[in-house]
Amino acid sequence: MSTLLQVRDLRKSFGGIVAVDGVSFSVEEGEILGIIGPNGSGKSTLFNCILGQLSPGGGEVHLDGRAVTGMRPCDLNRLGVSRTFQLLQIFPQLTVRENLILAGQEHKGTMLGRLVGPRDAGLGAAADRMIGFFRLGHLAGEHAGDLSYGQQKLLDVAMAFMAGPRLALLDEPAGGVNLTMLASLRERLRAINAESRSTFVVIEHNMEFVMALCTRILVLAEGRVIAEGAPAAVRSDPKVIEAYLGHS
Amino acid sequence: MKNRRLAAGIVLAAAGVFLLVAPFGLKPYGIFILSMWAVMTIAAIGLNLTLGYAGQISLAQAAFVGIGAYITAWLTTKGWPFWPTYFFGGISCFAVGWVLGYPALRVQHHYLAFVTLAFNTLVYLIFRNEEWLTGGIYGISNVPRPSVLGFPLSKPIPFYYFCLVHLALVSAATWWLIRSPWGRAFVALRENPIRALSLGVDTRRYTLVAFALGAGLGGISGALYAPLVQFIDPTPFALGLSLNLLLMVVLGGSGYFFGPFLGAIVAVLLPEWLRFAQGFYLMGYAVLVMVMMAVCPTGLIGLADRLTRPGRRQTAAAAAEPAAESEAAR
Repeated sequence: MSTLLQVRDLRKSFGGIVAVDGVSFSVEEGEILGIIGPNGSGKSTLFNCILGQLSPGGGEVHLDGRAVTGMRPCDLNRLGVSRTFQLLQIFPQLTVRENLILAGQEHKGTMLGRLVGPRDAGLGAAADRMIGFFRLGHLAGEHAGDLSYGQQKLLDVAMAFMAGPRLALLDEPAGGVNLTMLASLRERLRAINAESRSTFVVIEHNMEFVMALCTRILVLAEGRVIAEGAPAAVRSDPKVIEAYLGHS
Repeated sequence: MKNRRLAAGIVLAAAGVFLLVAPFGLKPYGIFILSMWAVMTIAAIGLNLTLGYAGQISLAQAAFVGIGAYITAWLTTKGWPFWPTYFFGGISCFAVGWVLGYPALRVQHHYLAFVTLAFNTLVYLIFRNEEWLTGGIYGISNVPRPSVLGFPLSKPIPFYYFCLVHLALVSAATWWLIRSPWGRAFVALRENPIRALSLGVDTRRYTLVAFALGAGLGGISGALYAPLVQFIDPTPFALGLSLNLLLMVVLGGSGYFFGPFLGAIVAVLLPEWLRFAQGFYLMGYAVLVMVMMAVCPTGLIGLADRLTRPGRRQTAAAAAEPAAESEAAR
C-alpha cells in the first residue's frame, strides 16, 4: 500500500480562534480512516482546508506525493478527490439521474466538447448503474428535492462516487439517516471500498457506524490530534473517553 | 406527463401558427410591435441564461442591446453590409460580457446588481456624451434594413419574418445549450456553487460564459433593433430597458425556457393592448404587473407548471425557485 493523502502540520485560525492546530496524518491507498471528535473540534474545517474550500494558515497537503495545498476544489476533484458535506448538498431542481450525471460530467472531455457532445455526457449508463447500486432505481426521474431526507443522503453520497474517485472525504454521511438506511449506506460504502479500492476519510458522530466501517480512527479535540489507532484501541483510550466519548 | 407534453405541443403549434399569420391582419404599427416583441425576446432569452439558469443577476442587458444597436447602426450607415456588423455586434458584446463577468467572481446578489447597473449607466453616458462616435443625443438616423439573397427587407412584413427567423434560431440554439451538460452546470452554479465546485464544475469559467452568452444575445438583439427602428439614440438603452428586460424574465418565469417569450408579451404587447384605457393604460399595466407578481412569484410559466403538476411535492426551495428541469415547461 502507498500513501495517497498526506497532511502535514495543517493550521487554520478564524480571528483569535484556532480551529485546526498543526494536524498531521496520512492515509494509505484503499484505507477507510475515520475522524471523530466533539463538536467544534475542527473536523469539518480540516476537510475544508484539505479540499481547498478554505485556505489553510499553514501546513501542507500532498496527494500521491504531489503538493495540492490550496488547490481549487474543482481541480482537486479532477485529480480524483471527491467529498460530501456535513449538510445535504444536492441540486433539488435536477432529477436524481441528472444530479448523478452532473457529478461526473466535468471529468469527460473538454468544456467545448461537452457542449456539442451528447446530452448525458456519455454518463447515462454509469448514472443508471449508480442509481441501481444505491437502490434509488424507482426515483431516477424524480426531482431530488422531492426525495425523503434519507434518500437525499444516499444520493449525496452516490454523487461523490460518480466520477470514480481515488479518495472520498465524507463529512457525516450517517447524519440524520434512519437505522435501515444506515445499514444500507454502510454496506454500499464497504462494497465500493472492496470493489474499486477507493480510499475514504469519514467524519462521523455515529460511533457504531464509524467503528464498524473504519479500519483506523483519528481523534480530534480543540483542533489537535489527541489519539490515533485501531477502533478498539481508540474506544478504550482514556484521553478519547474524556474528550469525546465521556461526554456522549 | 404525456398529457402535459401533448398540451404543451398543441399550445406551441398554435402560437407558431399565430406568429406566422398575425402580420396579415395588422397595420404597420402592429407589425412593428410584434417585431419589437421578437427582438426583445432575444435579449430576454440572453438575460434568462445569465440570471434564470446561471443565477447571476445582471442589470446591464440594455447596455448590450445598445452596443449591438450602435455597432450595426454606425457601420451600416457608413456603407458596411449588415451581416458583418451583426456578427461584430454579437461578438463584441460576448467579449464585453465576459469582462463584466469578472466582478461576479467576487460579489453576488445586490452587490453584483449594482456593479452591472453602474456598467449600464457608464455605457449610456458614452452613448449620450461621445457625440463624435454615437451622434450624442441626436443619435444615428436612416439605419438601413438589410437584404437577404437580394430580397429587400425594407417593408414591415418581410422584416418581421426576418426577426422571427432570428428568434427561432436563437431559441433552438438556447434549447440545445440548456439541455447540454452546460445547462446542467449553469443550474448547479445557480443552486449550489460550493457543491458544484466540489464536483469539478469550474464555476469561475461557467460564470464568465453565462455572462458572455447573455451579453452576446443582447448584442444580437441590438443588431436587429437598429434596422427595425431605423433611428437610434441613447434614451432606449438607459437603465429602464434593463429593468424592463428583468421584468420580462422574472414575470415570464426565470429559469424556464419559455419564460422570456411570455414575459416579453407582458412587457411589450400588454401596454399596447391596454391603450384603450387611454391616459390610465400605464397605471393599469403597473397594477396588472403587481397582481401577477403577487399571484405567481415563480412567473407565468412557473404558475402553469404548478397548476398542471398537482402531484409534485413542493420543497421550500422549489416554491421560491424555478423548476429548472420541469420537462414540459422547458
